Formats: sequence, C-alpha cells, structure tokens
Amino acid sequence: MSPIAPTLASVDSPGPTVRAGQPESRAQALLLDLGRGLRRLLRNPLTVSGVVVIAALLLVALFAPWIATHDPLLQNLSGALRPPSAAHWFGTDEFGRDIFSRLVFGARITLYIVTLVTVVVGPIGLAVGVTSGYFGGWVDTTFMRITDIFISFPSLVLALAFVAALGPGLDHAVIAIALTAWPPIARLARAETLTLRKADFIVVAQLQGASSLRILLRHIVPLCLSSVVVRLTMNMATIILTAAGLGFLGLGAQAPLPEWGAMISEGRRYMMDSWWMVATPGAAILLVSLAFNLLGDGLYDVLDPRSE
Amino acid sequence: MSATSISAPLPRRPGLRARQIRLLGQRLFSVLLTLLGLLLLTFMIGRVMPLDPVLSIVGPDADRSTYEQVYRQLGLDRPLVVQFGYYLRDLLHGDFGNALLTGHPVTEDLARVLPATIELATLAIIVGTLLGVPLGVFAATQRGRIGDHAVRLVSLLGHSTPIFWFGMMGLLVFYAWLGWAGGAGRVDLAYDGLVKPMTGFLLLDSALAGEWEVLGSALKHVTLPACILGLHSMAYISRMTRSFMLSQLSQEYILTARVKGLPERTVIWRHAFRNILVQLLTIVALAYGGLLEGAVLIETVFGWPGFGQYLTSSLLLGDMNAVMGSVLVVGVVFVALNLLSDALYQVFDPRTRQ
Repeated sequence: MSPIAPTLASVDSPGPTVRAGQPESRAQALLLDLGRGLRRLLRNPLTVSGVVVIAALLLVALFAPWIATHDPLLQNLSGALRPPSAAHWFGTDEFGRDIFSRLVFGARITLYIVTLVTVVVGPIGLAVGVTSGYFGGWVDTTFMRITDIFISFPSLVLALAFVAALGPGLDHAVIAIALTAWPPIARLARAETLTLRKADFIVVAQLQGASSLRILLRHIVPLCLSSVVVRLTMNMATIILTAAGLGFLGLGAQAPLPEWGAMISEGRRYMMDSWWMVATPGAAILLVSLAFNLLGDGLYDVLDPRSE
Repeated sequence: MSATSISAPLPRRPGLRARQIRLLGQRLFSVLLTLLGLLLLTFMIGRVMPLDPVLSIVGPDADRSTYEQVYRQLGLDRPLVVQFGYYLRDLLHGDFGNALLTGHPVTEDLARVLPATIELATLAIIVGTLLGVPLGVFAATQRGRIGDHAVRLVSLLGHSTPIFWFGMMGLLVFYAWLGWAGGAGRVDLAYDGLVKPMTGFLLLDSALAGEWEVLGSALKHVTLPACILGLHSMAYISRMTRSFMLSQLSQEYILTARVKGLPERTVIWRHAFRNILVQLLTIVALAYGGLLEGAVLIETVFGWPGFGQYLTSSLLLGDMNAVMGSVLVVGVVFVALNLLSDALYQVFDPRTRQ
C-alpha cells in the first residue's frame, strides 16, 4: 500500500466546509456533523455491507463459545477430513476438528491482531507525523528519513525480516506488523500538518502564547484525525492480509491456534482431496478484509470534502 | 508558485542547469542515506536474530575453545559499530556471505533465483496493466453509475484477496480439476534442466534454443501464477487510472473538446488519456515493486524457484546471510523503482521542469 501514501495525502487534505443551519453549541454541531456523515456513509450500499460484515465479525468473536458448534481444539481422528455436512458445516480437518468452530474462534485472533496493531500504530504514526510537520527543520528531516527507510521495503518482506529476528509467534507477528504499519500513517499526518501549520488560526494560537504541545494536541491533531482514521481503516485490511500471510508461511500464530492463515497452511497438504480445509478460511479472510476496505472506501468518500 | 514560472518564456535561463544538478545531487544524497539506513536495518535484524551464528557453524558438540575461536573469527567480540563497518566493507566487495542451505555465496544464489521472479513479475505487470487501465478508464467515464461501482468492487476484491489463497484455489480449479494449467515449478519435471540457462529467463532461453515443447510447458506453468499476481496489481492500477482520469475529465479543455462536438471516444482516449500517460507510467513502476511482495507468497504456493521462495525457505531455516541479503536486494530494488518512477516523471512531463 505504501506507494499510494503520497498521493492519498495530497488528495484528501481537509478543507473547511461551509455548513447550513446554526448549531447552538459545539457538542450539537459535532452531533449534527456526525449524523450527516453517518447518513451519507450509509447511503452507499457497498459501505453498508462492509459495516454489516464487521459487526458480524465482532459478534462472532464476542460470542464465539455460543456460536461454535464444537470445541475448536477437540480432535476426533476417526472423523478426519470429512466434507461439509449437517454435523460439520464446513467439514473437518486432518485431526477431525470442526472447521466451522475453528473459524469462529479464529475471528478472535484476527480481531486481536487488528486491534492491537491499530492501537499501537495510530498514535505512533500521528505523533511522529504531526511533530515532524509542525516543527520542520532537522526534526522533520530525521523523522522522515527514518520513515523513508521503512517505506522502502514492501511491508510483508519487512515484517518477515522482523519475525525472523524475533522468532515465530502470534505476538511477534503483531510487533512485526506494527513496526511496518506506522510509516504511512506518519507520512499522512505530516502532509496534513504541513497544510495547517501556517494557517491563520494556528498563528493566532501561537500569538496568544499557546505552547507547541497545546497547539499540536488541541488544534492540529483533531484536524488530522479524520484522514488518519480513514487510512487506519484501510490499513486494517492490509493488517489482516499480512497476518494471514505470516500465518500461512508458518511465522505467525502457531498450531493449534485456529488462525485463518495458519489453517490454510495446514490444509495445503490435503487441498487436492479436501478443498474445504483451504477454501473456507480463505473465504473468511477475504470477506473480512473486503469489509474493512469497503468501510474505509466509504469513509474516504464522506470525509473528503471535495467529493460532495 | 515562484516568480520564475511567470517569466517562463525565456528558455535556458542561466542557473537553471545548476539548479537541476543541485536537485539531482540532493536526491542522490537522500537515496544514499536511505540505502545506508536499509543496511543498518538489515544489520540490526541480523544481529538480534535469536539464532547463534557461531553454533550453526561449529555444531552443537563443539568444545569451548573452538566456539570462542569462531566467535572471534566472525568478529562478534568487536563493538557493534565496528561490526557494522565490517558488514559494509563485505557488502561493498559484493560479499553477502554463504547461504547455509545451498553452501553457495548468497550473491550467486540470488543471481540464480532472481530471473525466475523477474520473469513472473514482468508477465504479471503486463496482465495487470492490460486489464487495469481500460477498467479504470471505463470506471471514470461511468462515474457514480453501476459500471463504476462494479469496477470499484472488483478492484477492492483484488485488494482484499489473500493472494496465497487465491493461488491455491487457482491450482485446485485450473490444475487439479480442469487440467488447463501446469502445476508447481517452472516446467514439467520431464523438461527440467533440458534447456541450458543463458539468460536465466526460461521463456527466453527455451525460445532461443528452439525447444518449443519446453517453451510450451513453461508457458503453461507461468500463466496461472502470473495472472493471479497480475490481478493483484490490476486492482491498484485500475484505481489509480480512475482517479487520474477523473481529474482530467473535470478540466476545461475536455469541456471544450466536447463542445466542439468531438466524438466521446476521441475526447476520452485522444485528449484525456494522453494526459495521464506519464502518471500511469510511474504508477506501473511502483506496482512492479509491489509485485515483489505478492511474489513471496505466490512463489511459495506454486513452488516457483524464485526469489520469494528462497527468502521464505531461508527464513524458516534461520539462514541469516541469505535473509539479510535477500531483504537488502528487495529494498534496493524498491528504492530503484521509486527513483525510476520519479525520473520518468521528470523526463516525460514538461511541467515538472520549472
């Protein structure tokens, strides 16, 4: 995704939008804004389907023990490699474990990875980008130089290298993905900040004696937030795919964890006869990552003032 | 805009050359810094690897003194800065160390595997461009209508599909079930090693040698992985094409062309499309870099003896030299493609020459 970063940054700088109606308070204005945005967001059927899938993912992960029909780790060697049936909706794997139940519990792992990476990457990228853009000079040069180095690798290859250094495992995969995912966010936040730093209202705040920290936190960060959120949402799809790729290569979550990518890798040997072992986890990955992409795409349209 | 652009009619102002050279110098300097950073990063990754490089050489049964001797031979007792210096010196001599798996120097291995990847990626980018560009143009002309949404969905699907899974499904359907595609590897086993590698590009080699059967088999093998990789870059290319086209179509010269009564096809392809060619070229260069990422996974699925498979198998073995070497090569290729994409812009778009 990194090649898009500079283009996106230059395309979706938020301009001030003129709004009809007179809200009486800040909170009301915010609510009005949110409501309007939400309505526009939900007008797009593709976005709605994305939201539905993500909501379903959340529910499945939350209520996994109740939704799963079997114990995801329970082996039953006499019932191995059974095709989909009424008893096992998505069939069974080479140990006779129920694939549907494993997928259901796998949703938790996917959410765990996505949430953790996003929570780490968002603030770091924002902090680096905003500081870099606001202060300029050698701070900017240093930060951007470091960002450039990270961006000059394809993110999967870099993540592979980090996992190689840390050793395979779910948590190491999360760290590796986080290490590769912050630079585009930083780039974006910097680009946004550059368009703001000479704005009149920032100069006014500076003249009033506001500290740099206050200006950054109260004035610049909130205005960068919308495009950063869009980018983070789109990133979630990439995170899911990278995590699945690492799992597939045997470097992410380890057996017997029902991580979707690892499940595909396990099914690879049996694929020619037991296609369901590979088909279903892959379809799950596709569905979820498509949902995040659809949502991100919809958000992008709504938050980009020029798309009206 | 600076004042200079207003006085544009004067060609070849004195100092223009000098400024271009200075800009070029700055650019080169920053590329060098990035490359140095890449080296530092791969070096650090190599150092924190949990595997003991000494142990992998002497084996687990070696006694203490042998261990210490090798430890010193590898320079591991020196400070990190000095070690980094040695690392740089070795790299500048083209010495990436030996790979554990093959026992050959890493550079030799890389030279052997890279052509396979380049062959695959080049075919993939052709597929991606041939599909992506028309789709993007079509979406732009259909803006907001059903065609636009359809293209958008296809492109998002391309972005969202786990490529290794797509590859496996492709193998299942087109190889196992339908028997249209060749299976794993670059050719059928029977033809393996028949053609003497000259360029390393099997398609080229077999055509040059006149081994048409080998060529046919190779084509059968390369088509599926190349198409799957290509669909991946198609997603990116069609999206960018659409947004480039939209920004052209909203401009006044397009309105003028339409008012003049030019047929829509001429307006789209002769006027708008010609103006996005340069941008497209740079995008394709970037997409080519992105293919390297997909190649890592696709090669594993298709048993393609290229760079990606080399990287992942060395990773699983903990073969430090091979991993560092390949990661470095990817980084360099990526930087080079970025540079190329910039250069293309400079060369072909007169507006960038202020």
